[in-house]
Amino acid sequence: MAQQAGAGRRYVRAFVSGFFVAVPVTVTVLDRFAYVARVEGASMQPSLNPEGNVTGSDVVLLNRWSVRNYQVRRGDIVSVLSPKNPQQKIIKRVIALEGDFIKTLGYKNRYLKVPDGHFWIEGDHHGHSLDSNSFGPALRTPWRARCSVKCCVWCSHGVSCQVFGVQTTQMNVVWHIRGFFFFQVSLGLVHGRASHIIWPPNRWQRIEPSIPPERMPLLNWHADATEDEEKD
Amino acid sequence: MDCGDMFRRVLGKTLGFLGYTVQYGCIAHCAFEYIGEFVACSGPSMEPTITSHDVVFSERLSRHLCRIEKGDIVIAKSPFDPHMNICKRVIGLEGDKICTSGPSDVFKTHQYVPKGHVWLEGDNLRNSTDSRSYGPVPYALIRGRVCLKLWPPHNFGALNQSPTGRIVKRSD
Repeated sequence: MAQQAGAGRRYVRAFVSGFFVAVPVTVTVLDRFAYVARVEGASMQPSLNPEGNVTGSDVVLLNRWSVRNYQVRRGDIVSVLSPKNPQQKIIKRVIALEGDFIKTLGYKNRYLKVPDGHFWIEGDHHGHSLDSNSFGPALRTPWRARCSVKCCVWCSHGVSCQVFGVQTTQMNVVWHIRGFFFFQVSLGLVHGRASHIIWPPNRWQRIEPSIPPERMPLLNWHADATEDEEKD
Repeated sequence: MDCGDMFRRVLGKTLGFLGYTVQYGCIAHCAFEYIGEFVACSGPSMEPTITSHDVVFSERLSRHLCRIEKGDIVIAKSPFDPHMNICKRVIGLEGDKICTSGPSDVFKTHQYVPKGHVWLEGDNLRNSTDSRSYGPVPYALIRGRVCLKLWPPHNFGALNQSPTGRIVKRSD
């Protein structure tokens, strides 16, 4: 009887001490070293999720240690905290870094210099029809035939789009947009670099950095420093 | 006793020590990341509420639970340099209408705070670069909410309300 109580107390103590070791270590590893995430959506096709959610989404390994000093390279696929929704992470490819001049895609081609401390990300999938998030009831001019970078007062980043229709449901305005989905985000929002696809098994591979040639930045403002790094 | 024995004992002790270091390091990381951290502030942009070289405690729970409110003083990563932190007050949340023109301007201009962003301003309006110059800041850049001033000791305690009266009233 006494022996059973003793054994029970030992199990509880072992469990509690194991718990206090396992949870902090797991949380630290997920925060600092590696993170595993499932990719949803089709904005990165064909690199990620080539068949969409039909046969199952890709699961990628995100390397958080390599971005601890906010060092990203052009062509990397990175996950960032979404500027529109702090609890969501978006995964896109880095096209340009601070100081680069790039040509943005859209109905009006325009040139833009990426500001300091920011970088430019784009999805690989072009011509994809997207639903934007609802923008709320305070929109002044909900009827626009076309919109461009910083099109509406609710976007602080670029959504290059041609608006095909606007549908209002009570208090929400839902924009149906077709086009490229790109962002200029602050470097502080970077979460991790996608290094490997780890699921499904037939798609095990290392993700190599690459930029589509038509999306290369035109020139760089800080040409000396960064161009030397590029030659590796 | 032979060398093998001694070697095994030293190895055992070293591994044990390493194990404890890893465990307590991870616990420290979780505490600083999810509970709160101590921050030494510098710069005049939050005077008179926080002066240069004050040490404050900023708690992380509100940020992770998305409970930052208007009037809170927050520590955030600078949008233009992720290695630098800024300490400002939240004037408006997403959806609020901020008056961006000065008090002496004839034409009033307004700006809406986009979804997922906040509008930050320092208490020392004359000497602060904040959202008035660089625009709304994404919520995800916020690190924590300043709740307690720890140094200097004669000013210990909670922080004052905004002296500027710029906080946006509830808009419906």
